[in-house]
Amino acid sequence: MSAVLIVARGVFKESIRDRVAYNLVFFAVLLMAASFLLAQLTAGQDVKIIKDLGLAAATAIGVLIAVFIGIGLVAREVERRSIYSLISKPITRSQFILGKYLGLSLTLVANLAVMAVAYYLVLAYLDWVTPDNVKLGWEAPATDPRLLKAFALIGVELMLVTAVALFFSTFSSSFLSAALTLAVYVIGHFGQDLRALGAAGASPALATLGRVLYFVFPNLVPLNVTAEVVHAQPVTLQHMLLATGSVALYIALLLVAAALVFERRDFK
Amino acid sequence: MGGTSSRPERSRRLRWGALGVLGVCAIGTQVALDGAFTTFAPERAVQWVRSPGATRRLTLGFGTLAADLYWIRAVQYYGSTKLSEAKNKNYDLLYPLLDIATTLDPRFNIAYRMGAILLSEGYPDGPGRPEEAITLLDKGIQESPTRWEYYLDAGFVHYWWRRDPQQAADWFQRAAKLPGAPNWLRPLAASVLAEGGERGAARVLWTQMAETAEHDWLRQTARVRLLQLDAEDTVEQLQEVVNRFYDQAGRFPSGWSDLVRAGQLRGVPLDPSGVAYALDPVSGAVDTAADSPLSPLPRSRTLSGQAR
Repeated sequence: MSAVLIVARGVFKESIRDRVAYNLVFFAVLLMAASFLLAQLTAGQDVKIIKDLGLAAATAIGVLIAVFIGIGLVAREVERRSIYSLISKPITRSQFILGKYLGLSLTLVANLAVMAVAYYLVLAYLDWVTPDNVKLGWEAPATDPRLLKAFALIGVELMLVTAVALFFSTFSSSFLSAALTLAVYVIGHFGQDLRALGAAGASPALATLGRVLYFVFPNLVPLNVTAEVVHAQPVTLQHMLLATGSVALYIALLLVAAALVFERRDFK
Repeated sequence: MGGTSSRPERSRRLRWGALGVLGVCAIGTQVALDGAFTTFAPERAVQWVRSPGATRRLTLGFGTLAADLYWIRAVQYYGSTKLSEAKNKNYDLLYPLLDIATTLDPRFNIAYRMGAILLSEGYPDGPGRPEEAITLLDKGIQESPTRWEYYLDAGFVHYWWRRDPQQAADWFQRAAKLPGAPNWLRPLAASVLAEGGERGAARVLWTQMAETAEHDWLRQTARVRLLQLDAEDTVEQLQEVVNRFYDQAGRFPSGWSDLVRAGQLRGVPLDPSGVAYALDPVSGAVDTAADSPLSPLPRSRTLSGQAR
Protein backbone atom coordinates (compact mmCIF):
# COMPACT_ATOMS: atom_id res chain seq x y z
CA MET A 1 0.00 0.00 0.00
CA SER A 2 2.88 2.34 0.77
CA ALA A 3 4.04 1.96 -2.84
CA VAL A 4 0.67 3.24 -4.02
CA LEU A 5 0.95 6.25 -1.73
CA ILE A 6 4.48 7.02 -2.89
CA VAL A 7 3.33 7.10 -6.52
CA ALA A 8 0.28 9.19 -5.55
CA ARG A 9 2.45 11.67 -3.70
CA GLY A 10 4.75 11.90 -6.71
CA VAL A 11 1.81 12.72 -9.02
CA PHE A 12 0.51 15.33 -6.59
CA LYS A 13 3.92 17.02 -6.30
CA GLU A 14 4.42 16.89 -10.06
CA SER A 15 1.09 18.55 -10.73
CA ILE A 16 1.98 21.30 -8.27
CA ARG A 17 5.34 21.65 -10.04
CA ASP A 18 3.47 21.87 -13.36
CA ARG A 19 1.69 24.92 -11.94
CA VAL A 20 -1.73 23.31 -12.09
CA ALA A 21 -2.68 25.60 -9.22
CA TYR A 22 -2.57 28.56 -11.63
CA ASN A 23 -6.14 27.65 -12.57
CA LEU A 24 -7.19 28.69 -9.09
CA VAL A 25 -6.07 32.24 -9.75
CA PHE A 26 -7.97 32.15 -13.05
CA PHE A 27 -11.07 30.87 -11.25
CA ALA A 28 -10.94 33.54 -8.56
CA VAL A 29 -10.34 36.35 -11.07
CA LEU A 30 -13.14 35.05 -13.31
CA LEU A 31 -15.62 35.04 -10.46
CA MET A 32 -14.65 38.45 -9.14
CA ALA A 33 -14.69 40.03 -12.60
CA ALA A 34 -18.04 38.41 -13.34
CA SER A 35 -19.59 39.66 -10.13
CA PHE A 36 -18.74 43.25 -11.08
CA LEU A 37 -19.62 42.92 -14.78
CA LEU A 38 -22.91 41.12 -14.38
CA ALA A 39 -24.54 44.00 -12.57
CA GLN A 40 -23.98 46.04 -15.74
CA LEU A 41 -25.05 43.37 -18.19
CA THR A 42 -28.09 41.75 -16.74
CA ALA A 43 -31.26 42.63 -14.89
CA GLY A 44 -31.59 40.82 -11.60
CA GLN A 45 -30.43 37.39 -10.54
CA ASP A 46 -26.78 38.41 -10.16
CA VAL A 47 -26.36 35.94 -7.33
CA LYS A 48 -27.91 33.10 -9.32
CA ILE A 49 -25.61 33.80 -12.25
CA ILE A 50 -22.53 33.93 -10.01
CA LYS A 51 -23.54 30.60 -8.48
CA ASP A 52 -24.08 29.04 -11.91
CA LEU A 53 -20.87 30.50 -13.28
CA GLY A 54 -18.78 29.33 -10.34
CA LEU A 55 -20.06 25.77 -10.48
CA ALA A 56 -19.69 25.63 -14.27
CA ALA A 57 -16.16 27.03 -14.13
CA ALA A 58 -15.18 24.57 -11.38
CA THR A 59 -16.50 21.73 -13.53
CA ALA A 60 -14.88 22.92 -16.76
CA ILE A 61 -11.50 23.60 -15.16
CA GLY A 62 -11.62 20.28 -13.33
CA VAL A 63 -12.54 18.32 -16.46
CA LEU A 64 -9.74 19.95 -18.44
CA ILE A 65 -7.19 19.11 -15.73
CA ALA A 66 -8.55 15.57 -15.37
CA VAL A 67 -8.39 14.95 -19.12
CA PHE A 68 -5.12 16.62 -20.02
CA ILE A 69 -3.15 15.51 -17.00
CA GLY A 70 -4.92 12.15 -16.80
CA ILE A 71 -3.92 11.17 -20.31
CA GLY A 72 -0.29 11.98 -19.55
CA LEU A 73 -0.08 9.98 -16.35
CA VAL A 74 1.08 6.83 -18.10
CA ALA A 75 1.90 8.12 -21.57
CA ARG A 76 4.42 10.63 -20.27
CA GLU A 77 6.26 7.97 -18.30
CA VAL A 78 6.49 5.90 -21.47
CA GLU A 79 7.60 8.82 -23.65
CA ARG A 80 10.24 9.88 -21.12
CA ARG A 81 11.28 6.24 -20.78
CA SER A 82 11.11 6.68 -17.01
CA ILE A 83 8.70 3.75 -17.04
CA TYR A 84 11.69 1.39 -17.32
CA SER A 85 13.15 2.48 -14.02
CA LEU A 86 9.71 2.44 -12.40
CA ILE A 87 8.81 -1.11 -13.38
CA SER A 88 12.18 -2.31 -12.20
CA LYS A 89 11.28 -1.16 -8.68
CA PRO A 90 9.37 -3.27 -6.17
CA ILE A 91 5.97 -2.05 -7.27
CA THR A 92 3.35 -3.89 -9.23
CA ARG A 93 1.80 -2.35 -12.29
CA SER A 94 -1.60 -2.34 -10.58
CA GLN A 95 -0.12 -0.35 -7.71
CA PHE A 96 1.42 2.01 -10.23
CA ILE A 97 -1.95 2.60 -11.90
CA LEU A 98 -3.77 3.01 -8.59
CA GLY A 99 -1.10 5.39 -7.28
CA LYS A 100 -1.30 7.52 -10.41
CA TYR A 101 -5.08 7.64 -10.12
CA LEU A 102 -5.09 8.55 -6.45
CA GLY A 103 -2.45 11.23 -6.97
CA LEU A 104 -4.42 13.05 -9.64
CA SER A 105 -7.68 12.58 -7.77
CA LEU A 106 -6.07 14.16 -4.72
CA THR A 107 -4.87 17.08 -6.86
CA LEU A 108 -8.37 17.58 -8.25
CA VAL A 109 -10.05 17.37 -4.85
CA ALA A 110 -7.56 19.88 -3.41
CA ASN A 111 -8.21 22.19 -6.38
CA LEU A 112 -11.92 21.86 -5.96
CA ALA A 113 -11.69 22.61 -2.24
CA VAL A 114 -9.75 25.83 -2.88
CA MET A 115 -12.19 26.80 -5.63
CA ALA A 116 -15.09 26.23 -3.21
CA VAL A 117 -13.46 28.56 -0.69
CA ALA A 118 -12.95 31.27 -3.37
CA TYR A 119 -16.55 30.72 -4.52
CA TYR A 120 -17.97 31.23 -1.05
CA LEU A 121 -15.82 34.32 -0.50
CA VAL A 122 -17.18 35.95 -3.66
CA LEU A 123 -20.74 34.99 -2.70
CA ALA A 124 -20.22 36.36 0.81
CA TYR A 125 -19.03 39.64 -0.72
CA LEU A 126 -22.11 39.73 -2.97
CA ASP A 127 -24.29 39.10 0.07
CA TRP A 128 -22.57 41.93 1.92
CA VAL A 129 -23.05 44.53 -0.84
CA THR A 130 -26.64 43.60 -1.71
CA PRO A 131 -29.46 45.61 -0.10
CA ASP A 132 -31.82 43.65 2.15
CA ASN A 133 -34.91 44.30 0.01
CA VAL A 134 -33.18 42.72 -3.01
CA LYS A 135 -32.18 39.70 -0.93
CA LEU A 136 -35.87 39.09 -0.23
CA GLY A 137 -36.23 37.98 -3.84
CA TRP A 138 -33.44 35.39 -3.60
CA GLU A 139 -34.52 31.79 -3.62
CA ALA A 140 -31.70 30.83 -1.25
CA PRO A 141 -29.05 32.69 0.76
CA ALA A 142 -25.91 33.63 -1.17
CA THR A 143 -23.67 31.41 0.95
CA ASP A 144 -26.12 28.52 1.00
CA PRO A 145 -24.29 25.46 2.41
CA ARG A 146 -26.32 23.24 0.06
CA LEU A 147 -24.04 24.41 -2.75
CA LEU A 148 -21.42 22.10 -1.27
CA LYS A 149 -23.49 19.16 -2.49
CA ALA A 150 -22.90 20.33 -6.05
CA PHE A 151 -19.17 20.62 -5.36
CA ALA A 152 -19.14 17.12 -3.89
CA LEU A 153 -20.78 15.63 -6.98
CA ILE A 154 -18.49 17.63 -9.28
CA GLY A 155 -15.61 15.97 -7.40
CA VAL A 156 -17.14 12.55 -8.05
CA GLU A 157 -17.55 13.40 -11.73
CA LEU A 158 -13.93 14.53 -11.99
CA MET A 159 -12.73 11.31 -10.38
CA LEU A 160 -14.65 9.37 -12.99
CA VAL A 161 -13.21 11.45 -15.85
CA THR A 162 -9.73 10.87 -14.42
CA ALA A 163 -10.33 7.11 -14.40
CA VAL A 164 -11.54 7.22 -18.02
CA ALA A 165 -8.50 9.26 -19.11
CA LEU A 166 -6.14 6.94 -17.25
CA PHE A 167 -7.76 3.88 -18.79
CA PHE A 168 -7.39 5.19 -22.34
CA SER A 169 -3.85 6.37 -21.70
CA THR A 170 -2.74 2.81 -20.88
CA PHE A 171 -3.10 1.71 -24.49
CA SER A 172 -3.44 4.70 -26.82
CA SER A 173 -1.67 7.91 -27.74
CA SER A 174 -2.22 11.12 -25.79
CA PHE A 175 -4.28 12.74 -28.55
CA LEU A 176 -6.53 9.73 -28.97
CA SER A 177 -6.91 9.34 -25.20
CA ALA A 178 -8.01 12.97 -24.88
CA ALA A 179 -10.50 12.62 -27.73
CA LEU A 180 -11.93 9.37 -26.36
CA THR A 181 -12.20 10.72 -22.83
CA LEU A 182 -14.01 13.84 -24.00
CA ALA A 183 -16.28 11.60 -26.10
CA VAL A 184 -17.18 9.57 -23.00
CA TYR A 185 -17.86 12.83 -21.14
CA VAL A 186 -20.20 14.01 -23.90
CA ILE A 187 -21.98 10.65 -24.16
CA GLY A 188 -22.36 10.67 -20.38
CA HIS A 189 -24.35 13.87 -20.65
CA PHE A 190 -26.59 12.48 -23.38
CA GLY A 191 -27.68 9.57 -21.17
CA GLN A 192 -31.39 10.35 -21.05
CA ASP A 193 -31.51 11.07 -24.78
CA LEU A 194 -29.77 7.80 -25.63
CA ARG A 195 -32.29 5.84 -23.63
CA ALA A 196 -35.19 7.71 -25.19
CA LEU A 197 -34.04 7.19 -28.78
CA GLY A 198 -36.79 4.61 -29.34
CA ALA A 199 -39.47 6.99 -28.13
CA ALA A 200 -38.05 9.67 -30.43
CA GLY A 201 -38.90 7.58 -33.48
CA ALA A 202 -35.50 6.02 -34.18
CA SER A 203 -35.35 2.61 -35.88
CA PRO A 204 -35.46 -0.42 -33.54
CA ALA A 205 -31.76 -1.12 -34.20
CA LEU A 206 -30.78 2.45 -33.35
CA ALA A 207 -33.03 2.45 -30.31
CA THR A 208 -31.34 -0.76 -29.07
CA LEU A 209 -27.92 0.74 -29.71
CA GLY A 210 -28.97 3.82 -27.72
CA ARG A 211 -30.07 1.66 -24.79
CA VAL A 212 -26.85 -0.36 -24.90
CA LEU A 213 -24.74 2.81 -24.93
CA TYR A 214 -26.83 4.18 -22.08
CA PHE A 215 -26.03 1.21 -19.87
CA VAL A 216 -22.40 0.78 -20.95
CA PHE A 217 -21.36 4.38 -20.47
CA PRO A 218 -21.66 6.09 -17.11
CA ASN A 219 -24.59 8.48 -16.88
CA LEU A 220 -23.23 11.83 -15.75
CA VAL A 221 -26.55 13.66 -15.65
CA PRO A 222 -27.42 12.72 -12.03
CA LEU A 223 -24.08 14.17 -10.94
CA ASN A 224 -25.12 17.61 -12.14
CA VAL A 225 -27.27 19.14 -9.40
CA THR A 226 -26.40 22.77 -10.16
CA ALA A 227 -29.99 23.72 -11.00
CA GLU A 228 -31.29 22.05 -7.85
CA VAL A 229 -28.88 23.68 -5.40
CA VAL A 230 -29.02 27.10 -7.05
CA HIS A 231 -32.83 27.08 -6.91
CA ALA A 232 -32.83 25.67 -3.36
CA GLN A 233 -34.47 22.44 -4.46
CA PRO A 234 -33.85 19.33 -2.35
CA VAL A 235 -30.96 17.03 -3.22
CA THR A 236 -31.44 14.01 -1.00
CA LEU A 237 -28.69 12.07 0.71
CA GLN A 238 -30.08 8.99 -1.00
CA HIS A 239 -29.51 10.58 -4.41
CA MET A 240 -25.98 11.62 -3.44
CA LEU A 241 -25.10 8.13 -2.19
CA LEU A 242 -26.68 6.31 -5.12
CA ALA A 243 -25.04 8.54 -7.73
CA THR A 244 -21.66 8.28 -5.97
CA GLY A 245 -22.00 4.51 -5.54
CA SER A 246 -22.84 4.03 -9.21
CA VAL A 247 -19.87 6.12 -10.30
CA ALA A 248 -17.58 4.36 -7.80
CA LEU A 249 -18.40 1.06 -9.50
CA TYR A 250 -17.55 2.50 -12.91
CA ILE A 251 -14.29 3.91 -11.50
CA ALA A 252 -13.37 0.53 -10.01
CA LEU A 253 -14.20 -1.16 -13.30
CA LEU A 254 -12.06 1.28 -15.27
CA LEU A 255 -9.11 0.98 -12.89
CA VAL A 256 -9.22 -2.82 -13.00
CA ALA A 257 -9.41 -2.67 -16.80
CA ALA A 258 -6.54 -0.16 -16.91
CA ALA A 259 -4.43 -2.40 -14.66
CA LEU A 260 -5.19 -5.42 -16.83
CA VAL A 261 -4.21 -3.61 -20.03
CA PHE A 262 -1.11 -2.15 -18.42
CA GLU A 263 -0.03 -5.56 -17.09
CA ARG A 264 -0.05 -6.89 -20.64
CA ARG A 265 2.04 -4.11 -22.10
CA ASP A 266 5.54 -5.07 -23.01
CA PHE A 267 8.15 -2.43 -22.19
CA LYS A 268 11.20 -4.56 -23.01
CA MET B 1 35.18 50.22 -21.05
CA GLY B 2 34.91 53.99 -21.32
CA GLY B 3 31.15 54.21 -22.10
CA THR B 4 31.14 51.63 -24.82
CA SER B 5 28.76 48.79 -24.22
CA SER B 6 29.60 45.19 -24.86
CA ARG B 7 28.19 43.36 -27.83
CA PRO B 8 25.68 41.19 -25.86
CA GLU B 9 24.52 44.34 -24.08
CA ARG B 10 23.95 46.13 -27.40
CA SER B 11 22.11 43.11 -28.73
CA ARG B 12 19.87 43.04 -25.66
CA ARG B 13 19.07 46.74 -26.04
CA LEU B 14 18.36 46.22 -29.71
CA ARG B 15 15.87 43.50 -28.89
CA TRP B 16 14.13 45.70 -26.32
CA GLY B 17 14.02 48.51 -28.86
CA ALA B 18 12.59 46.20 -31.49
CA LEU B 19 9.98 45.03 -29.00
CA GLY B 20 8.89 48.61 -28.32
CA VAL B 21 8.82 49.60 -32.01
CA LEU B 22 6.87 46.48 -32.99
CA GLY B 23 4.41 47.04 -30.12
CA VAL B 24 3.78 50.66 -31.18
CA CYS B 25 3.42 49.62 -34.85
CA ALA B 26 0.99 46.82 -33.98
CA ILE B 27 -1.21 49.20 -31.98
CA GLY B 28 -0.89 51.79 -34.76
CA THR B 29 -2.13 49.37 -37.41
CA GLN B 30 -4.97 48.38 -35.10
CA VAL B 31 -6.04 52.02 -34.79
CA ALA B 32 -5.77 52.42 -38.57
CA LEU B 33 -7.87 49.31 -39.10
CA ASP B 34 -10.53 50.56 -36.72
CA GLY B 35 -10.83 53.73 -38.76
CA ALA B 36 -10.86 52.04 -42.16
CA PHE B 37 -12.77 48.85 -41.56
CA THR B 38 -16.14 48.27 -39.96
CA THR B 39 -17.34 44.78 -39.34
CA PHE B 40 -20.54 43.78 -41.04
CA ALA B 41 -23.49 43.72 -38.70
CA PRO B 42 -26.77 42.38 -40.06
CA GLU B 43 -29.67 44.76 -39.76
CA ARG B 44 -31.52 42.26 -37.65
CA ALA B 45 -29.93 40.01 -35.07
CA VAL B 46 -29.79 36.36 -35.98
CA GLN B 47 -30.40 33.46 -33.67
CA TRP B 48 -28.59 30.43 -35.01
CA VAL B 49 -30.14 27.78 -32.81
CA ARG B 50 -33.85 28.33 -32.35
CA SER B 51 -34.82 25.00 -30.87
CA PRO B 52 -34.80 25.06 -27.05
CA GLY B 53 -34.49 21.25 -26.95
CA ALA B 54 -31.46 21.23 -29.25
CA THR B 55 -29.84 24.00 -27.24
CA ARG B 56 -30.37 22.02 -24.04
CA ARG B 57 -28.61 19.00 -25.54
CA LEU B 58 -25.72 21.04 -26.90
CA THR B 59 -24.94 22.57 -23.51
CA LEU B 60 -24.02 19.19 -21.97
CA GLY B 61 -23.95 19.77 -18.21
CA PHE B 62 -23.77 23.54 -18.44
CA GLY B 63 -27.47 24.20 -19.02
CA THR B 64 -27.99 26.64 -16.17
CA LEU B 65 -25.01 28.75 -17.20
CA ALA B 66 -26.23 28.73 -20.80
CA ALA B 67 -29.64 29.83 -19.49
CA ASP B 68 -27.95 32.77 -17.78
CA LEU B 69 -26.22 33.70 -21.02
CA TYR B 70 -29.51 33.53 -22.95
CA TRP B 71 -31.16 35.65 -20.25
CA ILE B 72 -28.40 38.26 -20.47
CA ARG B 73 -28.74 38.18 -24.23
CA ALA B 74 -32.52 38.66 -23.98
CA VAL B 75 -32.08 41.68 -21.70
CA GLN B 76 -29.41 43.17 -23.94
CA TYR B 77 -31.51 42.50 -27.03
CA TYR B 78 -34.54 44.18 -25.48
CA GLY B 79 -32.51 47.16 -24.32
CA SER B 80 -30.67 47.70 -27.60
CA THR B 81 -33.87 47.32 -29.64
CA LYS B 82 -35.72 49.73 -27.37
CA LEU B 83 -32.95 52.31 -27.73
CA SER B 84 -32.67 51.75 -31.47
CA GLU B 85 -33.96 54.56 -33.66
CA ALA B 86 -34.68 52.28 -36.61
CA LYS B 87 -38.14 52.90 -38.01
CA ASN B 88 -39.08 49.27 -38.57
CA LYS B 89 -37.50 47.85 -35.45
CA ASN B 90 -39.03 44.75 -34.01
CA TYR B 91 -38.50 42.46 -31.05
CA ASP B 92 -38.88 39.16 -32.93
CA LEU B 93 -36.08 37.38 -31.07
CA LEU B 94 -37.21 38.29 -27.57
CA TYR B 95 -39.63 35.42 -27.06
CA PRO B 96 -37.32 32.74 -28.59
CA LEU B 97 -34.47 33.91 -26.34
CA LEU B 98 -36.67 33.77 -23.25
CA ASP B 99 -38.07 30.42 -24.35
CA ILE B 100 -34.57 28.94 -24.61
CA ALA B 101 -33.45 30.48 -21.31
CA THR B 102 -36.43 28.95 -19.50
CA THR B 103 -36.01 25.57 -21.22
CA LEU B 104 -32.36 25.41 -20.18
CA ASP B 105 -33.26 26.38 -16.64
CA PRO B 106 -36.96 25.62 -16.09
CA ARG B 107 -36.94 27.30 -12.67
CA PHE B 108 -35.48 30.58 -13.93
CA ASN B 109 -37.91 32.73 -11.97
CA ILE B 110 -36.95 36.17 -13.22
CA ALA B 111 -36.85 35.06 -16.84
CA TYR B 112 -40.55 34.23 -16.57
CA ARG B 113 -41.61 37.22 -14.51
CA MET B 114 -39.55 39.99 -16.01
CA GLY B 115 -39.69 38.33 -19.44
CA ALA B 116 -43.49 38.61 -19.31
CA ILE B 117 -43.24 42.31 -18.52
CA LEU B 118 -40.78 42.91 -21.37
CA LEU B 119 -42.95 40.96 -23.83
CA SER B 120 -46.10 42.86 -22.83
CA GLU B 121 -44.60 46.33 -23.02
CA GLY B 122 -46.37 48.25 -25.80
CA TYR B 123 -44.63 49.10 -29.08
CA PRO B 124 -42.20 50.88 -29.59
CA ASP B 125 -40.93 50.46 -26.02
CA GLY B 126 -41.51 46.74 -26.29
CA PRO B 127 -42.94 44.14 -28.65
CA GLY B 128 -46.50 44.60 -27.37
CA ARG B 129 -47.16 40.86 -27.31
CA PRO B 130 -49.13 40.02 -24.17
CA GLU B 131 -50.12 36.66 -25.68
CA GLU B 132 -46.48 35.60 -25.68
CA ALA B 133 -46.15 36.84 -22.11
CA ILE B 134 -49.05 34.60 -21.09
CA THR B 135 -47.48 31.65 -22.95
CA LEU B 136 -44.21 32.20 -21.09
CA LEU B 137 -45.97 32.41 -17.73
CA ASP B 138 -47.98 29.28 -18.59
CA LYS B 139 -44.68 27.52 -19.13
CA GLY B 140 -43.49 28.67 -15.71
CA ILE B 141 -46.74 27.43 -14.15
CA GLN B 142 -46.27 24.01 -15.76
CA GLU B 143 -42.87 23.82 -14.07
CA SER B 144 -43.88 25.34 -10.71
CA PRO B 145 -47.67 25.01 -10.36
CA THR B 146 -47.77 26.44 -6.83
CA ARG B 147 -45.86 29.62 -7.57
CA TRP B 148 -48.57 32.24 -7.05
CA GLU B 149 -46.43 35.03 -8.52
CA TYR B 150 -46.84 33.62 -12.04
CA TYR B 151 -50.65 33.64 -11.69
CA LEU B 152 -50.50 37.21 -10.40
CA ASP B 153 -48.34 38.24 -13.36
CA ALA B 154 -50.68 36.52 -15.82
CA GLY B 155 -53.63 38.35 -14.26
CA PHE B 156 -51.71 41.56 -14.45
CA VAL B 157 -51.00 41.08 -18.18
CA HIS B 158 -54.69 40.39 -18.80
CA TYR B 159 -55.73 43.41 -16.77
CA TRP B 160 -53.21 45.99 -17.91
CA TRP B 161 -52.31 45.00 -21.45
CA ARG B 162 -55.21 42.92 -22.73
CA ARG B 163 -57.88 44.99 -20.99
CA ASP B 164 -59.71 41.87 -19.88
CA PRO B 165 -60.80 42.31 -16.24
CA GLN B 166 -62.77 39.04 -16.23
CA GLN B 167 -59.70 36.96 -17.13
CA ALA B 168 -57.53 39.05 -14.82
CA ALA B 169 -59.84 38.46 -11.85
CA ASP B 170 -59.89 34.75 -12.65
CA TRP B 171 -56.05 34.60 -12.51
CA PHE B 172 -55.94 36.65 -9.30
CA GLN B 173 -58.44 34.29 -7.70
CA ARG B 174 -56.38 31.27 -8.74
CA ALA B 175 -53.27 32.95 -7.29
CA ALA B 176 -55.10 33.67 -4.03
CA LYS B 177 -55.83 29.96 -3.51
CA LEU B 178 -52.15 28.96 -3.62
CA PRO B 179 -50.05 28.42 -0.50
CA GLY B 180 -48.18 31.51 0.64
CA ALA B 181 -50.25 33.89 -1.50
CA PRO B 182 -50.69 37.34 0.08
CA ASN B 183 -54.09 38.22 1.47
CA TRP B 184 -54.59 41.24 -0.79
CA LEU B 185 -55.11 39.04 -3.86
CA ARG B 186 -58.76 38.20 -3.12
CA PRO B 187 -59.83 41.84 -2.65
CA LEU B 188 -57.83 42.68 -5.76
CA ALA B 189 -59.79 40.16 -7.81
CA ALA B 190 -63.04 41.61 -6.49
CA SER B 191 -61.83 45.13 -7.18
CA VAL B 192 -60.89 44.31 -10.76
CA LEU B 193 -64.31 42.81 -11.40
CA ALA B 194 -66.14 45.69 -9.74
CA GLU B 195 -64.18 48.52 -11.27
CA GLY B 196 -63.62 47.07 -14.71
CA GLY B 197 -61.42 49.49 -16.54
CA GLU B 198 -60.88 52.00 -13.77
CA ARG B 199 -57.52 52.75 -12.27
CA GLY B 200 -57.97 51.66 -8.67
CA ALA B 201 -56.88 48.06 -9.16
CA ALA B 202 -54.04 49.15 -11.42
CA ARG B 203 -52.80 51.42 -8.67
CA VAL B 204 -52.86 48.54 -6.20
CA LEU B 205 -50.91 46.31 -8.61
CA TRP B 206 -48.25 48.85 -9.47
CA THR B 207 -47.87 49.87 -5.82
CA GLN B 208 -47.27 46.24 -4.87
CA MET B 209 -44.66 45.94 -7.59
CA ALA B 210 -42.97 49.21 -6.64
CA GLU B 211 -42.67 47.97 -3.07
CA THR B 212 -41.81 44.32 -3.55
CA ALA B 213 -40.11 43.84 -6.94
CA GLU B 214 -36.67 42.35 -6.54
CA HIS B 215 -35.00 44.41 -9.20
CA ASP B 216 -34.44 48.14 -9.52
CA TRP B 217 -35.65 48.22 -13.11
CA LEU B 218 -39.01 46.72 -12.16
CA ARG B 219 -39.42 49.03 -9.19
CA GLN B 220 -38.57 52.03 -11.35
CA THR B 221 -41.02 50.92 -14.04
CA ALA B 222 -43.72 50.54 -11.38
CA ARG B 223 -43.01 54.03 -10.04
CA VAL B 224 -43.29 55.50 -13.56
CA ARG B 225 -46.59 53.65 -14.08
CA LEU B 226 -47.92 55.10 -10.83
CA LEU B 227 -46.96 58.59 -12.00
CA GLN B 228 -48.68 57.89 -15.30
CA LEU B 229 -51.85 56.94 -13.41
CA ASP B 230 -51.63 60.25 -11.53
CA ALA B 231 -51.11 62.03 -14.84
CA GLU B 232 -54.16 60.33 -16.31
CA ASP B 233 -56.26 61.54 -13.39
CA THR B 234 -55.02 65.09 -13.98
CA VAL B 235 -55.57 64.83 -17.75
CA GLU B 236 -59.19 63.94 -17.08
CA GLN B 237 -59.64 66.92 -14.77
CA LEU B 238 -57.94 69.27 -17.26
CA GLN B 239 -60.08 67.90 -20.06
CA GLU B 240 -63.16 68.85 -18.10
CA VAL B 241 -61.80 72.36 -17.60
CA VAL B 242 -61.11 72.66 -21.36
CA ASN B 243 -64.58 71.39 -22.20
CA ARG B 244 -66.13 73.88 -19.79
CA PHE B 245 -64.18 76.69 -21.50
CA TYR B 246 -65.53 75.48 -24.87
CA ASP B 247 -69.08 75.59 -23.52
CA GLN B 248 -68.59 79.16 -22.33
CA ALA B 249 -66.43 80.62 -25.14
CA GLY B 250 -67.58 78.58 -28.12
CA ARG B 251 -64.00 77.70 -28.99
CA PHE B 252 -61.14 75.70 -27.54
CA PRO B 253 -58.43 77.61 -25.67
CA SER B 254 -55.39 78.43 -27.78
CA GLY B 255 -53.16 77.51 -24.84
CA TRP B 256 -53.05 77.20 -21.08
CA SER B 257 -52.73 80.98 -20.83
CA ASP B 258 -56.36 81.39 -22.00
CA LEU B 259 -57.50 79.24 -19.10
CA VAL B 260 -55.26 81.09 -16.65
CA ARG B 261 -56.62 84.45 -17.86
CA ALA B 262 -60.17 83.08 -17.56
CA GLY B 263 -59.39 82.23 -13.96
CA GLN B 264 -59.98 78.51 -14.48
CA LEU B 265 -56.37 77.56 -13.79
CA ARG B 266 -53.83 79.12 -11.46
CA GLY B 267 -50.90 78.45 -13.75
CA VAL B 268 -49.58 76.19 -16.49
CA PRO B 269 -50.32 72.66 -15.32
CA LEU B 270 -47.28 70.38 -14.98
CA ASP B 271 -47.31 66.60 -15.03
CA PRO B 272 -45.68 64.64 -12.16
CA SER B 273 -42.33 64.70 -14.01
CA GLY B 274 -42.41 68.52 -14.14
CA VAL B 275 -43.20 68.92 -17.86
CA ALA B 276 -46.20 71.01 -18.94
CA TYR B 277 -49.22 69.11 -20.23
CA ALA B 278 -49.95 69.47 -23.95
CA LEU B 279 -53.17 71.12 -25.15
CA ASP B 280 -54.24 70.81 -28.79
CA PRO B 281 -55.96 74.10 -29.70
CA VAL B 282 -57.78 72.50 -32.65
CA SER B 283 -59.34 69.44 -31.02
CA GLY B 284 -59.08 70.59 -27.42
CA ALA B 285 -57.45 67.29 -26.46
CA VAL B 286 -55.29 67.28 -23.35
CA ASP B 287 -52.37 64.88 -23.01
CA THR B 288 -48.87 64.63 -21.65
CA ALA B 289 -46.30 66.45 -23.80
CA ALA B 290 -44.37 64.35 -26.30
CA ASP B 291 -41.11 65.18 -24.50
CA SER B 292 -42.42 64.14 -21.11
CA PRO B 293 -40.82 61.00 -19.64
CA LEU B 294 -44.36 59.87 -18.86
CA SER B 295 -45.41 59.99 -22.50
CA PRO B 296 -47.16 58.12 -24.03
CA LEU B 297 -49.72 57.45 -21.36
CA PRO B 298 -51.29 54.01 -21.35
CA ARG B 299 -54.47 55.98 -22.17
CA SER B 300 -56.38 54.08 -19.63
CA ARG B 301 -59.13 52.30 -21.03
CA THR B 302 -62.09 54.44 -19.99
CA LEU B 303 -61.07 58.03 -20.17
CA SER B 304 -64.35 59.67 -19.37
CA GLY B 305 -63.51 63.24 -20.30
CA GLN B 306 -62.80 62.94 -24.01
CA ALA B 307 -62.33 66.10 -26.06
CA ARG B 308 -65.46 67.14 -27.88
